Amino acid sequence: MSVSAQASSHLIDPGAEVNSRPRALIVLTIVTLILTAVGVVLWIAYAGVDVMQGNVQRIFYIHVSSFAGAFVALGGGVVGGFLYLWKRAPKWDHFALSCIEVGFGLSLINLFTGMVWARPIWNTWWTWDPRLTSAAIQTLTYAAYFMLRTGIENPDTRRRLASVYGILAFSTVVITFIIIRIRPDTIHPAVIGASPQNAEGGFELSSSMLATLSYTMIVWSVFVPMVLVWWRIRVENLNERVNALRAQILEK
Amino acid sequence: MKRTAFLVAAMAVLRKDALSEARSRELVGAMGLFSLLAVLVFSFALELNREARIEAVSGVLWVTVVFASILGLNRSMAIERDQGTIEALLLAPVHRSALYAGKLTGNFLFTVLVALAVALVITILYNVPVLTGTTLIIITGGTLGFTAIGTLLAAMTVQTRSRETLLPILMLPIAIPLLLASVRSSTYVLGGASDAQWLPWLTILIVLDVIYVALGFILFEFVIEE
Repeated sequence: MSVSAQASSHLIDPGAEVNSRPRALIVLTIVTLILTAVGVVLWIAYAGVDVMQGNVQRIFYIHVSSFAGAFVALGGGVVGGFLYLWKRAPKWDHFALSCIEVGFGLSLINLFTGMVWARPIWNTWWTWDPRLTSAAIQTLTYAAYFMLRTGIENPDTRRRLASVYGILAFSTVVITFIIIRIRPDTIHPAVIGASPQNAEGGFELSSSMLATLSYTMIVWSVFVPMVLVWWRIRVENLNERVNALRAQILEK
Repeated sequence: MKRTAFLVAAMAVLRKDALSEARSRELVGAMGLFSLLAVLVFSFALELNREARIEAVSGVLWVTVVFASILGLNRSMAIERDQGTIEALLLAPVHRSALYAGKLTGNFLFTVLVALAVALVITILYNVPVLTGTTLIIITGGTLGFTAIGTLLAAMTVQTRSRETLLPILMLPIAIPLLLASVRSSTYVLGGASDAQWLPWLTILIVLDVIYVALGFILFEFVIEE
């Protein structure tokens, strides 16, 4: 309580100037853009064509990498939630919210690219395979997280309950990761470890494909979430500042 | 010393809930009637032959139990809120997890009562013997998991603007793994499968129960402080 009071009194300090864009963020953004672009070039030019699947296989680099990014970002949501419940500083909730929004976006990319890949390979956009079902549930859980946030007016209550739910919701991400390893009836191939018996359209990677995949995985699970979360936190801080200034004006 | 205080407090909350339930029969009544209707609706909607029935019956059982438990959990928290007893509970000098233990035990007992009644009704209406030793264990385990996660989430949603609508939205996705394990294990048991098929699912169910109950105990104090 005292922490948030201090923070808000600091925010509505009339002399406080808006922090201009930090140089580190700008540099990091440019680096990430370049790395991502290099990744696209690698998918198209460097990685070979899959003998069985043809060019559509190339979408798998972004499909797998976006899940890795979502995993990292949503995991950041758990860390932010725990830190908020422990320290009660609003910044940790901003961090958790930003992570979860970015992770939600990456989950959507993961779902849509998977559907595009499945159409030629499985001959359907969507099937109620355990992996697909759990990935859809994961996305819906985080949609419920946003609904929970909008349903609570008191900011302290909202942050507290959202932290709790953000921690609980991560269980669906873990389930999505392990489900193809415990359900024998899935047709979704596994990238790390052995694929299930009846997986349709598995991946046997040549060395150039493996190199491309490793590269994109690193870019998408470290750089992309970091940059997006950083920008999103800044939006949240501005929001906070606008609200504080508005409250200050109403008081006068 | 501390342990006795914990148990005494939990038992007191449980006794309060049991007493008010014995007098009003509000929760069990609503849940029971809803379940009966749901089972009837399912039996009209799925006109099944003998083999298909065994496959579908555990789905019917669990969907009914989950929706009934949502109904009961919402009501159980709304009563605390409407009658102002939640403030009294929060003022009591006991650890918050004791309140969770009390509420959870109450909700669990009411829901398991309804789940057993549903199993009995299904046995009669669908002519599938649902009430066997193994299924009783599965029903108890599944209901414990649902009420553990539901008691925690109901304490959250009761503080939101939309209250009753939000609980199923928050609870269903998180409870899906539990639903999966419950439905799978009971389908295998009812279909007369070997131990090797249903035992892994029962193990997953028990592990999930432990995780959800532990999370409930840890997180409940953050949910209802104010």
